[in-house]
Amino acid sequence: MRGWARKAAGYVAAAAIMVVAWELASLVLHSPALPTPADGLGEFVRQFPLLLPAFGYSALRAVSSIVLGLVVGAPLGLLLGRSERADLVFGPLVFLNYPVPKVVFLPVLLVLLGIGNASIIALITLIVFFQILVTARDASRSISRASVLSVRSLGADRWQVFVNVVVPGSMPEIFTALRISVGTAVAVLFFSESIAGSTGLGYFVFDAWGRIQYGEMFAGILAMALLGVLLYEAIELIEARVCRWARAGR
Amino acid sequence: MADVRIDSLSVTYHGVDADVRALAGVDLSLADGEAVALIGPSGCGKSTLLLAAAGLLVPTGGAVVVEGERIAHPRLRTALILQDFGLLPWKTVLDNAELGLRIRHHPAAESRRRAMEALTRVGLEEFLGLFPSELSGGMRQRLALARALALDADLLLMDEPLSALDALTREDLQDLLLSLWRDRGHTSVLVTHSIEEAVYLGRRVLVMSPRPGRIAAVVDNPGMGDPGYRETEAFHGACVELRGLLAAEGALHRGGGES
Repeated sequence: MRGWARKAAGYVAAAAIMVVAWELASLVLHSPALPTPADGLGEFVRQFPLLLPAFGYSALRAVSSIVLGLVVGAPLGLLLGRSERADLVFGPLVFLNYPVPKVVFLPVLLVLLGIGNASIIALITLIVFFQILVTARDASRSISRASVLSVRSLGADRWQVFVNVVVPGSMPEIFTALRISVGTAVAVLFFSESIAGSTGLGYFVFDAWGRIQYGEMFAGILAMALLGVLLYEAIELIEARVCRWARAGR
Repeated sequence: MADVRIDSLSVTYHGVDADVRALAGVDLSLADGEAVALIGPSGCGKSTLLLAAAGLLVPTGGAVVVEGERIAHPRLRTALILQDFGLLPWKTVLDNAELGLRIRHHPAAESRRRAMEALTRVGLEEFLGLFPSELSGGMRQRLALARALALDADLLLMDEPLSALDALTREDLQDLLLSLWRDRGHTSVLVTHSIEEAVYLGRRVLVMSPRPGRIAAVVDNPGMGDPGYRETEAFHGACVELRGLLAAEGALHRGGGES
């Protein structure tokens, strides 16, 4: 069986197992908050016209946050890992702030940036940024000395070493950080949208919960799960292209 | 004319507890096109010597002069080949072979042509799109050589380039190194742990002693250069002489390892 076919078969099997488990759980719990798969999926289809724009908002927020966090965090992390001087200055700043739970700053962001996209994106970016920064820093530190020496012996300057060795060599770890950040981003998305939004899937779920519309609520939960899976798969696809070398020869 | 002169070269590494004298006043002269082999126990500073000659390490004292020019940074036509070949895993065979030329801003078409010529010379022309992880050890070593050839290197500095290979592949590549040297007439410095390899590929074999590293003995090896040299009495004689010198340096009972 070819790679993609095997992967697809795996997904179908996993989905089937989940549906069965879901069916059993809803039978056992017998609660309106956990409908049967048939009811839940039916509701998902019925709510689709309302879910679609909410999905769009949420996807936009998650993707822009991850992209922002990547564009700022990865280069900065790679630099910190390779430059002792930069690390001396900024390293303590990073490590003092990394363990601080950034979600608690949501109220501050709401006051500063107002309710809506800006504060939601700012919050997720802040969290994802640190995850990517710390991983990129460690990745660029563990680049092999031999790779750097051999490229320098070819006459490469610092910038060429960075472009030819440090960046590609750190890519697999950066992609791992991205995959982890998808999970974080969707979780924080739900939290921030339910508090700071009037749009998006988080708001959709929270609103339906408040109106005791468990069917709608569950449709929103399914959409949110779908968002996470799609983002994850998108990153897998990009990684397979960018890091083709890391999968070769295995 | 890649003649090399090493004048009382000293390198001291500043360690955490104490300073380590890696090289203490090494003197060595190589004529253009000469091939020497360096052999010695772990910690004798062989790798340090190569790094300094490649311009990647600033010596504490003394100097390396190539073609009359004092080496302070990597030189255009010096190629350094490391033990793990120094290939970039994220670049294909062709991109790795081209790398030196691209870094020096040669035009793309010319880089491609010269890389292709070099890859053909080492027999890798059918594997252009593969990544290093998809190659055997011997093929990776060929690729590292191709990169040096593409640069038209006239000075090859090799740090135990064949030590990771199995015996058959190793002899195969020793033959390739010899034939390249005979064809191109480059100056060659080979660091090795193998007595046979040193005698097969070094017109002079320099025995180094450890801590601090210096040249303890020189074995003249005039028979070197003929592909059939391995089967001769002279070859075995040189190996025996070298083994004796290394034993005197206390190198043989310590086992291998990196220098």
